[in-house]
Parts: sequence; structure tokens; C-alpha cells
Amino acid sequence: MQELKYYKEMLLIRRFEEKAGQLYGMGLIAGFCHLYIGQEAVVVGMHNILQKNDYSITTYRDHGHILVAGSDPKVVMAELMGRATGCSKGKGGSMHMFDLKNRFYGGHGIVGASAALGTGMAFAAKYKEDDAVALTYFGDGALNQGQVYEAFNMAALWKLPVVYIVENNGYSMGTSIARHCSIKDLYKRGESFGIPGIQIDGMNLLEVMQKGKEAVDYVRQGNGPIFIEMQTYRYRGHSMSDPGNYRSKEEVANMREHHDPINLYREYLLKNKFCTEEDLKTIDKEIKQIIEETVEFAQNSPEPDPDELYTEVYI
Amino acid sequence: MKMITVREALRDAMAEEMRNDPNVFVMGEEVAEYHGAYKVTQGLLEEFGAKRVIDTPITEHGFAGLAVGAGFVGLKPIVEFMTFNFALQAMDHIINSAAKTYYMSGGQVQCPIVFRGPNGSASRVGAQHSQCFAAWYSHIPGLKVISPYSAKDCKALLKAAILDPNPVIFLEHELMYGRQFEVDDNFDEEVEIGKAKILHEGSDVTITAFSFQVGNALAAAEVLKSQGISAEVIDLRTLRPLDSDTIIESIKKTNRLVTVEGGWGFAGVGATIAAIVVEQAFDYLDAEIIRVYQKDVPLPYAANLEKLALPQIDDIVEACKKVCFRL
Repeated sequence: MQELKYYKEMLLIRRFEEKAGQLYGMGLIAGFCHLYIGQEAVVVGMHNILQKNDYSITTYRDHGHILVAGSDPKVVMAELMGRATGCSKGKGGSMHMFDLKNRFYGGHGIVGASAALGTGMAFAAKYKEDDAVALTYFGDGALNQGQVYEAFNMAALWKLPVVYIVENNGYSMGTSIARHCSIKDLYKRGESFGIPGIQIDGMNLLEVMQKGKEAVDYVRQGNGPIFIEMQTYRYRGHSMSDPGNYRSKEEVANMREHHDPINLYREYLLKNKFCTEEDLKTIDKEIKQIIEETVEFAQNSPEPDPDELYTEVYI
Repeated sequence: MKMITVREALRDAMAEEMRNDPNVFVMGEEVAEYHGAYKVTQGLLEEFGAKRVIDTPITEHGFAGLAVGAGFVGLKPIVEFMTFNFALQAMDHIINSAAKTYYMSGGQVQCPIVFRGPNGSASRVGAQHSQCFAAWYSHIPGLKVISPYSAKDCKALLKAAILDPNPVIFLEHELMYGRQFEVDDNFDEEVEIGKAKILHEGSDVTITAFSFQVGNALAAAEVLKSQGISAEVIDLRTLRPLDSDTIIESIKKTNRLVTVEGGWGFAGVGATIAAIVVEQAFDYLDAEIIRVYQKDVPLPYAANLEKLALPQIDDIVEACKKVCFRL
């Protein structure tokens, strides 16, 4: 059943990220590690309305994106731990995940970069005259980068099949929207380029899928780009070392309690009798098992061979 | 005798590769309808159409990133920067996106792309439009950097750059575009990226140079010859990967080295060559290495000051005489 598949995908991301947070605390994952907890409905919703030949690309908060693209959680966790079996052979880390077989193009660490790169992927789709669209994700902080607007201009000018998705989680690192953005309604930021903008409740999977589908169809029909503001929320810090002093505990608790995308969808499934409490418990167990196997695989994987240091600099 | 300009050679290289592969396209400011700010893309729009010869807005950061993204998914972009001075705006995508993604994706994402355009000082255009970026790009693993001199090498190496699966920086020189070179029987033979060429054989001192400064080095060799000094001039052609073997073999013969570049000396191309030579051929050196480079100032506008700031033939002659103990 599709409905349960979506639920599983969101839950997998949630549990995967919780485990990544723990492993970070244990010193098994290092560097920067940006967790996706709270934002799961965005990628699960958008991915499930795509065609096989569509592209996607995002920023450094990319674990959810690669998992939903179809990567084995084992290779994603192995990458986080810097192991040879990781999706990028341990050379990329948390911020540089790629899965070309599933048309996921990363994993880019510079704020705003994915906007221009994704526009280029859309350019290529149009050049090759296939009907692919490029889902191009970035965060609200990226909306103050000049290159985003340079990309907007060319995408609109050349009618490129790109769906821009700003995952507005309210904060660019520790700076709230009110403190970093001249307007509150981010979806309007494409208007002066002639790019229509829509606002979606990114905590509501059904709304993401329904309105997201309309947006993707609009782009696929050759109308040029569209800009989606996904209103979402991250429960954890920007990265792992974030004390979170810029927002209240009550604010976070309120989001978890009343707007959690997984809980909301769970209620929907039960209310509409897509499944029973028992079914959901079985799924919980299933996911728990996957996570355990994932960690075991990653921990038992070797570090990259020293010879790997010099490979893949050039083709 | 048939002659060809560097400008035509570069255009022919692009046209030939565009004929060979429909995924090759060229984009940049004024490349299509205007035929290029320096007329390097003359005729391409007429032959290949607006789909493959694309005028961009003035938006270097944006179109560099767009082209890299197109490269990720299988196209082969040629990005013309009106000059490399403006590519500073695009530096993030050249380095962080084009050069590093193959490595950090564990070999999954390739980026076959050429960034080309005039580099270095032109003539009387002031500090912001006159800078050599050879050392900047050569610093970056993941990039190849080519900066040829002759029309033949410009054509052959630009073709090689377009065919190369890696990101390539192709540094041209405005003052070379109109320079004519003879088309000989070997004009269309292939040239490998990463190979220097000895343009003038000699036994007393080795001079390395690239791009426009090769002309000055060759002129200096003639002056030196008249004074009884035999200089060997090496056209580096590629800066990364650097053909250090050819340089070292030459030094084994001459035991002396003068490096020449249009850019600044500090942390420059000559500095790196000097370090490599000291590391790998120290025992062959009979004198200090001298680097000839742009003076350590932003390039001035006034004619006399501009001339003072840039390497001249006399500077190279003097450096060679010094390492030959003839001053």
C-alpha cells in the first residue's frame, strides 16, 4: 500500500537521523552533521510524485534526500562513519552524499550552490529534449545568496524545467527569518523574475504531495520554473554543535507535539483505516531492525584503503 | 604560405568538436549574436544555432554553476568568460563544484567542462581588468590548467580540453588573439595535455614561460644569442599537470633556470617550478633560480608604469645574464 510506504519512508529517515545523532555523540561520526528530523514530509512527499528520469539535488542537509531517493541506508550510514563502503567511499561525509543510479546529485556544502547546479541539470534536460524536471532544494538561508537570483533569472528566461524548493525551517543556522529576510513570505521571492510561487505546509505530507504534484506537472508541461516554499521545522540544531539559544524550548516542543509530520500522517492513516495500531507497531519494529543492521554494517566496514587518498581526483 | 590567427584557431577547435559531439555547447556573455567580445566565437551561432551557442546575461556565478550542473548530467559545456577577471565571481563553482565533486562523490559525478577566455594583462585597461590567474587555478587538485602560446597549440589543446572528462581551465591572452602563425603540414596533429615543448634549444640557461610571455622569452633568447648565451626556451603549455620532466631534463643540460610569468611572483607559477627544481634537481643547479614576474602591485594604467610593472624582454635577458654570471 502506497500510504504505508510513505509512512515507512518518513519513519526510516526519523530513526536514521536519531541514530546518527547518537553515533555522533559517541564519536563515530565527525565533522558537520545536519539532521533532517522534523522535515521528513518534504522529501518523502516530493520524491513520491517524481518520474524515474527526474533529477534532484540539495544542500548539506542531505541524509533524508538520499534515503528517499532509494539508497540503501547502510551505505549512507557507512558514509557518515567515513567507511570504504559508503556511498561516496568515505570521501564525502555527511554533506556530500550522491546516488547517481537514483539520479540524486548531492550533497553540496556551499549555501546557494544547489540552486545554480540544479538549474543546470534542468538546462541539460531541456537540451536533451527529455521530459525530466530537476527538483532543486535549498534552505531559507540560501535565499539571501546572489546566485539563487542569477539562477532564477536564467531559468525563467529560458523556461527551464526546474522546481525550486526552499525548505523554510525558520532559521538560517541561528538567525530567524525575521532577522535575515526582508519579507516574510519567501515564496514571493521569485515573483520579480516571473516565477510563480506557492506556499505548502511542509509538515503535512498530503498537502506536499497534492500541491507538489501540481507544481511538478506545471513545470513538466514546459511552463518554466516554479518556486515552492515548504514551511517546515527542524527539531535539532543547525548542525551538531548548536546549543539552540536562538529559540525557546516551548517553540520546539509545540512543533513536535502539534505539527509533527509523522504523527500527523499516522493519525490520518488510522482515522481512514489504512492500517491498525498493530500494523504500525510492526512497521516500527521493521524500521528498528533496519537501523540496527545499518549500524552494524557501517561499524563493521573498513576505513578506506590509504591508496584511495589519491584516486578520483582526475578521471 | 597559409597563416592563421590564434582567434581563428580557437574558433576552429570549438567548431570541430561541436560537429563531432552534439552534447558540446558554448555559453557566455556575447558569444552568440555579438560573436564574442573578442570575436573568438565568430560564425558559431550561424553554424550551430541558438540552442548550442548561448548568450547569457552578465551573471558569471550563475552561469558557471548552471554549466557545471549541466556537465554533471552529461553535457559538455564550454564556458567563455569575457575575461578571467570576471571569473572571480564564479570561483566558488569552479573550485567547489567543478573541481571537487568527482572526488567527494567517490567517483560518481563527472564534470567535463571547459572554462575559457582571455587571462592576464591586456593593454592599458587598469588593475581590475589585468590579472593573471594561472597560479590561482593551478593550485587546485581536480582542475587541469592550460595556457598555450601558438595557434597550433591553442587549437590542439582546446580540442583536447573539450574531449577531456575533467574540468579544464583554458587561459588565453587578449594580445595573442590577432597574432598570426604559419599553418604547416603538422598543424592539425594532436597535442597531449600535460606536455611542455622546447621552442628554442640552448645549452646555457633554461627559460620557462607560458602564453603571451613565451613571445618575450623567444625574443630574449635571440638577444642572448647575439651576446653569446645559448638559451633554451620551454613553452609550458599546460600548468597543471606540470611537465616537470621536460624542465628538469633541460636543467640537467643548462644547469640554470629563469622562470617567466605574466602574474605576480609571490606564490606564483615560477615559485612552484623553483621549488620542484630544488626538490628534484638541486645538484644540477649551478646558480640561483631567478623568477621574472609582474611587479608586486595592482597593474597601473599609465603607459610607462604599466610597462615597468610587466615582464619585458630586457628583464628576461638580464635575469639570464645574471644566472650565467655575465652581469
